[in-house]
Amino acid sequence: MITFIFFLRRIAFSSVTLFVASIVIFAIIQILPGDPAQLILGMNAQADTLAALREQMGLNAPFYSRYFEWVLGIMVGDFGTSYTYSVPVSELILERLWISLPLAVMALSLSTLIAIPAGVIAASRHNKWPDVSIMGFTQLGIAIPNFWFAMLLVLVFAIKLQWMPAGGFAGWDAGIGAGILSLTLPAIALALPQASILARIMRSALLDVLAEDYMRTARAKGLTERMTLWRHGVRNAFIPVLTILGLQFSFLIAGTIIIENIFYLPGLGRLIFQAIAQRDLIVLQGLVLLLVAAVIFINLLVDAAYAMVDPRIKRAYHE
Amino acid sequence: MSLLEIKNLCLSFGDIEILRDIDLTIEAGEAVGLVGESGSGKSITSLAAMRLLPPSAKLTGEILFDGRDLLALGENDMCRLRGRDMAMIFQEPMTALNPVKSIGDQIAEGLRFHLGISRRAAEDKVLRLLDEVGLPPARFSPHRYPHELSGGQRQRVVIAIAIAMNPKLLIADEPTTALDVTTQAVILDLLRELAAEHDSALLLITHDLAVVAQMVDRIAVMKDGEIVERGKTLEFFRDMQHPYSKKLLAASKVKPKTVSEIKPSDKPLMAVKDLTRQYRLPRQNLFAPSRYLKAVNDVSFQIEAGESVGLVGESGCGKSTLARTLLALNKPTTGKIEFLGDDLFRLSRHALLEKRRNMQVVFQDPYGSFNPRHKVGRLVAEPLQLVKNISKLGRNERVAEALMHVGLKAEDADKYPHEFSGGQRQRIAIARAIITRPKLIVADEPVSALDVSIREQVLDLLNELSVEQGLAYLFISHDLHVVRAVTDRVLVMYQGQIVEHGATASVFDDPQHEYTKKLLAATPDLQATLQRLEKERV
Repeated sequence: MITFIFFLRRIAFSSVTLFVASIVIFAIIQILPGDPAQLILGMNAQADTLAALREQMGLNAPFYSRYFEWVLGIMVGDFGTSYTYSVPVSELILERLWISLPLAVMALSLSTLIAIPAGVIAASRHNKWPDVSIMGFTQLGIAIPNFWFAMLLVLVFAIKLQWMPAGGFAGWDAGIGAGILSLTLPAIALALPQASILARIMRSALLDVLAEDYMRTARAKGLTERMTLWRHGVRNAFIPVLTILGLQFSFLIAGTIIIENIFYLPGLGRLIFQAIAQRDLIVLQGLVLLLVAAVIFINLLVDAAYAMVDPRIKRAYHE
Repeated sequence: MSLLEIKNLCLSFGDIEILRDIDLTIEAGEAVGLVGESGSGKSITSLAAMRLLPPSAKLTGEILFDGRDLLALGENDMCRLRGRDMAMIFQEPMTALNPVKSIGDQIAEGLRFHLGISRRAAEDKVLRLLDEVGLPPARFSPHRYPHELSGGQRQRVVIAIAIAMNPKLLIADEPTTALDVTTQAVILDLLRELAAEHDSALLLITHDLAVVAQMVDRIAVMKDGEIVERGKTLEFFRDMQHPYSKKLLAASKVKPKTVSEIKPSDKPLMAVKDLTRQYRLPRQNLFAPSRYLKAVNDVSFQIEAGESVGLVGESGCGKSTLARTLLALNKPTTGKIEFLGDDLFRLSRHALLEKRRNMQVVFQDPYGSFNPRHKVGRLVAEPLQLVKNISKLGRNERVAEALMHVGLKAEDADKYPHEFSGGQRQRIAIARAIITRPKLIVADEPVSALDVSIREQVLDLLNELSVEQGLAYLFISHDLHVVRAVTDRVLVMYQGQIVEHGATASVFDDPQHEYTKKLLAATPDLQATLQRLEKERV
């Protein structure tokens, strides 16, 4: 029952956050310079044609009525029509989601798969060579900008070794293998800095846990060092790691904008970039809201994961 | 052959010598007490026997267990011994259990490891163990988590883990130090019973002579990494040789305070009237009405100027909530507190600050209550911001004066807190409290983190200051010995209410309320134990 209330409250909070975010996004995009009607017609357009188009696009209606029209539309899946492509925004987004979503999932899983074992090894060999070298690598991973690392990957694996394509995306119709292959280098480039940070968090969280009394209790039961580490240490160390994992998701989204441009991937990141360049404000508005929703959703998942990992959370939330 | 035989054990970390030539034997089924103050090396000795020291520890000598030399044993063999033949109970039940695993899993873990059985197969045994340590599974499901249990119940779980495999040796390291006296009494009984039932030898590590006397057959006293005296329990107390043992004994006996003749007046320093403070509890479900916990329930009492009042009760009884409210850090739900004639909660911010100058506080933990990056002078001077118009020079003078009052030197103002011992730090805390020349000091367990020998000095200091400066105290403690040593009157708190109050001596000698009687009966009494032992001998 308490679990149920816990999630009901979380979901209620998330909805309010999303609502506030939608107002903020709409307001900010309204005050950005650049008149979409002007952009469509070009700089030499006649004043009366411009006025007619503005009227037709509904740009003259008051702020609140345009906002409600937009929000109500989104609720039934209508994000409006792109100014530049003249196709529904939802169609544009859906098409590109099939590239960005797998990319994000690949990057996140890759970074977690690298970071957790690296962090555990570093902590359990504290101040010995595995720790020192892992810490050295993560230092590099944090310091190297991912776009530069992406270009390096292209040079080595695409141009020199020719294992993978240097960019572009053939579409999932060309086969799942080919699709995954073209997403691999971008996913690695995205995962590198994330994995570096995550490994460091895992290491320091685990080092804290290793000093806890209950680790000694476990050893006194007879468990070996390795069993104590995995059964008692890692799960407790996950709690701070989950927090960072949730935060990293937002950085991942920012990262895709650059990485998708480097690899010419027609994903959401590139769509954002194009929408900004072309003042396709209705696309931009919908996309940003979608990404905000994604971040909120991920944080909801992180909360659920907290409750699973740590039985104290539900209780603490109430007290 | 003895069960455990430690011969010439020396231990060092780098150049620092921790243990010197420790010799200690424990026969099968025997109970041995290892007594000493913090830093004497008693816990380290037990961890050495379990081979649970960090790898940087250098050990020489011999530790024979059941005839096998543990120092020569490989880690895998050691793992098979630990938990099966030798088990350990730790001091801090709040942190000794993994917070994210159920208690059933944690008890089953050792069984599964040593017997190689499945979780299901261990289940029956877990239920039996829970029952054996006084947690009947009908009320204490093995699916509970540690945070759903009280300190005493958690310690029972730790004991269940330790006895799971019927170990030949049970090492209990200060097993009841973190518990209330009433809980301490039952846990000690339980330990004694279980050790007898399972035919385990017991190594009890403690700083408390009264506890060790009632529990063990033989005693060894440790100081600075050496065993300075040893003997059979009764003989040890009858014929103490080493000055350090004598000092420990002297410190554990309390001299009751000479009671000052203070009569209740109609102008008390502080008057608490019908004070209640409640907290909202989590709802059972979405539509259930809110439930409240009355942490402090209809409490009334007075403190006269210069009087020392004790507040005793077990953890969770509302002592700390009451103290926070008296200091005006909490608002009461109902009722009022008059201090120097004014209701604290009707004062303006400014007037309240003025009142705060007259009430200061000393906390339990002399380590945690200072910012480690500030010098002592700055720490002690902190409350002076409540005093108006004081020059920098005057401030330094006041700091020097306060430090000298508590037995430190004026030059100590230029040092950092880590340069002082625990007892000295508590003196700094007291200096900080008296620097504004207050009328009342609320002391929340001020000596419970200190060793017995230092405890006495700090209590003496508090008594002196009270006489010299006419200070009144509200002395909060779970330790009845301490309360007896420093208070004129005592309030006994139980489940948010004051169930008994009166002159300290009369409450101790002739308790009226059931709870007070229980509290006094549970307090380990060295003299009574020794008399009982004498009688048994005859």
